[in-house]
Amino acid sequence: MHKLSIKQLSEGLRAKQFSSRELTQFYLERISRYEPSLNSLITTTADRALAQADAADAAIAAGNAGPLTGVPLIQKDIFCTRGVRTSCASKMLDRFISPYDATIVEKLDAAGMPMLGKANMDEFAMGSSNETSWYGAVKNPWDLERVPGGSSGGSVAAVAAGLAPVATATDTGGSIRQPAALTNLTGIKPTYGRVSRYGMIAFASSLDQAGVVARSAEDAAVVLQAMSGFDPRDSTSVDRPVEDYVAALDRPIKGLRIGLPKEYFADGLAPSSRQRIEQAIEVFKTLGATFTEVSLPNSPLSVPTYYVVAPAEASSNLSRFDGVRYGHRSESARTLEEIYKRSRGEGFGAEVQRRIMIGTYVLSHGYYDAYYLQAQKVRRLIFDDFKRAFESCDLLLGPTATDVAFKLGTNVDDPVAMYLNDIYTIAANLAGIPAMSLSCGFVDGLPVGMQLMGNFFDEARMLNAAHQYQQATDFHRQLPKGFE
Amino acid sequence: MSTHGEWEAVIGLEVHCQLLTKSKIFSGAATAYGAEPNTQADAVTLGFPGVLPVLNGDALRMAIKFGLAIDATITQRSVFNRKHYFYPDLPKGYQITQYELPIVAGGKLDIELPDGSTKTIGITRAHMEEDAGKSLHENFVGVTGIDLNRAGTPLIEIVSEPEIRSAAEAVAYLKKLHQLVVYLGVSDGNMQEGSFRCDANVSVRRRGTEKFGTRTETKNVNSFRYVEKAIEYEIERQIGVIEAGGVIVQETRLFNPDTGETRSMRSKENANDYRYFPDPDLLPVVVTTDDIEKIRATMPELPEAKRNRFMQQYGLPKYDASVLTAEAALADYYETVVSTSAGDPKICANWVIGDLLGLLNKQSLEIGASPVSAAALAGLVARIADKTISGKIAKEVFEAMFAGEGSADDIIKAKGLVQITDESAIAAAIDEIIAKNPGQLAEYRGGKDKLFGFFVGQAMKATQGKANPEALNRLLKEKLAG
Repeated sequence: MHKLSIKQLSEGLRAKQFSSRELTQFYLERISRYEPSLNSLITTTADRALAQADAADAAIAAGNAGPLTGVPLIQKDIFCTRGVRTSCASKMLDRFISPYDATIVEKLDAAGMPMLGKANMDEFAMGSSNETSWYGAVKNPWDLERVPGGSSGGSVAAVAAGLAPVATATDTGGSIRQPAALTNLTGIKPTYGRVSRYGMIAFASSLDQAGVVARSAEDAAVVLQAMSGFDPRDSTSVDRPVEDYVAALDRPIKGLRIGLPKEYFADGLAPSSRQRIEQAIEVFKTLGATFTEVSLPNSPLSVPTYYVVAPAEASSNLSRFDGVRYGHRSESARTLEEIYKRSRGEGFGAEVQRRIMIGTYVLSHGYYDAYYLQAQKVRRLIFDDFKRAFESCDLLLGPTATDVAFKLGTNVDDPVAMYLNDIYTIAANLAGIPAMSLSCGFVDGLPVGMQLMGNFFDEARMLNAAHQYQQATDFHRQLPKGFE
Repeated sequence: MSTHGEWEAVIGLEVHCQLLTKSKIFSGAATAYGAEPNTQADAVTLGFPGVLPVLNGDALRMAIKFGLAIDATITQRSVFNRKHYFYPDLPKGYQITQYELPIVAGGKLDIELPDGSTKTIGITRAHMEEDAGKSLHENFVGVTGIDLNRAGTPLIEIVSEPEIRSAAEAVAYLKKLHQLVVYLGVSDGNMQEGSFRCDANVSVRRRGTEKFGTRTETKNVNSFRYVEKAIEYEIERQIGVIEAGGVIVQETRLFNPDTGETRSMRSKENANDYRYFPDPDLLPVVVTTDDIEKIRATMPELPEAKRNRFMQQYGLPKYDASVLTAEAALADYYETVVSTSAGDPKICANWVIGDLLGLLNKQSLEIGASPVSAAALAGLVARIADKTISGKIAKEVFEAMFAGEGSADDIIKAKGLVQITDESAIAAAIDEIIAKNPGQLAEYRGGKDKLFGFFVGQAMKATQGKANPEALNRLLKEKLAG
């Protein structure tokens, strides 16, 4: 059953081959069986899921079912869920029960998707390996000694291991795409402003975007469709109709112009990964796509730019965690200043503290112009690079990550090496364009991801290309051993 | 106005003015004053994880309205910034405010000085921002309470140029500004409730020098009187320090209303680094010329224009016009009385300024709470104009109206106060009085003119004050003359 696509699950539910309760129970059982080896969930919400499943079954019986009714999912623990712990994988919020639902939680609840649980992640989404979680590292189902990527490591590990058909995720610098690449999944980060950020705990507000990780472009399309749209509660969400992603999947891609950014194929990319991507290019050519080399000359600046902008915004966004109204408060604090210093010192992990310090520094008086303002200027140049590229291309294609999944503990003591994991993914966040990752094969049994980047609001075209590729290949159908 | 010898004060004021919106600047929570603590604090106000601000359009329109009223430039692309500091009444750890690109830039306000002259004070800027909550120290032992009802209430911070030269000018500026925001309907201006708060930047320099002295900022002085006292104190203190050979330290000071003194709160060295940067949750605020013109079309007549119009249209002296236009509600009241009664505008002004305001002040009532409506007062004035009652009787009627005894007509009827205009009846009464007082008559005719008043009094008494005064005077004169 866990090998079925969302479309097949939906058809099975409507044909009464199985009920949503049975389906939900099936996944809950897989969770209790496999979760000990993965640590992909922070909270399992069986009661909530089963109640939702019963409501979905009633809707199906009444003939009111939509394409997602009764299909379970996992929410990344960055999204506020009313009455359920919303921890952001931080000790700071270990006991925080959200009093309200994020917009996307409301939307996916309304779509009839039972929520099985809340996925583990890097603390406050800061990390590329899911090793910064207060709840411990997540293991990659393809090799339990390796990382699943981050920050949406729990979301991808759970879906890759078949603990849920689909999961939500978020991407500030690659946190959907890099983990998807490392676990053989399809993950999409839509255009900035396409999906509401209301109720998504902010890391870097101008970069954060919610999306989805799934086992195929087709599955991703139908869920993204339900998540997208204007939200009056988010001033940065864009009031523009959502394209029909599902309807666009079957369009032929003959004549599709794909650009290959030469900077993405320079030194630093593992030769074995490069080879898989080159093979994928050949597949696209047989489908009628044409390729040209393009240049994104400022892309080498994207990592340093990101590590000014993102920590700056994070240092500000995380100011609210002060131990006063909710969240961790140090028991040893005696004065107001101690409440702040000790609560934050105890509540935040090392990586979060590092980024708060970097961010505080770059925003401080006398340094703002040299760092933050300068970074914003470079950001504009990166944006212009993409604008120029999309004058002659419909999509861009390149690697998602430099290599396959690395072993747990590899980069924990070297933050800069860890930051370079996102070298190919960060530019899309800085520019605000949509980007996705999908599997293009394996190296030594470990998945390799390729990245597609699109012009603003061109999600449908990206998903269409990915779906056509997946119709011609079967990498995405492979499941990790031990989780079949 | 006090003088300080060879010293000159340089004063700039920052006024925090709460905007009169129903909901908060970035959320739908209510802004009403005086609710139970934290009952007007929604998830956005509390700074819960994941919440986002959305700008209240009414707050923006009110800020623009204020900008237009001070002849300022409305910034067509203004930006919200975050200003960071930790304090328990600041839920997010930062205040959303405007920094480099405020909505209102470069305005001015004409103030009137006690000597009758006018001075223009430049207004550097006015920006939108959110208010903080309140820390509650009373009623708690060993702990501090926090009430976040006020957090997120929209404010405009109005920053003057350092062009104010005395405490008296500062008060004149504040009163004018206060009148303006209330007139515009953008603030209730309630100083007790903190809707209109002032910080004063004060420095002193020797007369004739250009360079500013080091300034201090005195925080949260919340009445006109305290502003005057605090500034006066601060000027004297600074002069004293300098004359004793000391230097002024740039610092923030707090005014103590009980002692009338200011004391140091924190020095510049301990000032926060606010780490301003544009709020990525809010897009730049774009205002089109069309938006501005639409708001301009809703602008009410401003105090000065109204006063001048009252002088011209109603022929009122400047004093009357100023009193009547001090508040928009009072001006409206007056104009209703004039138009409804069709009475003489000056007589109407006398009634409003003298009788009505007199009784209202006595009972500490606002014009809006007057027991006598404008239409009711107009009814009274009309009865004077059509000679139903005399002005003297009218005073009695008005007091009864104020006491809630009914309309002018009801009271006139109930008390039988209708004026006697029948000249034969008045003449009869006069004849009787003359007949009764032959001695006084002889004296009057002998040249003692003052006795005319005696006869008027007697005749009025005989007619219970209801005789038409003009007819009575005329007939009495004729008859006394013989």
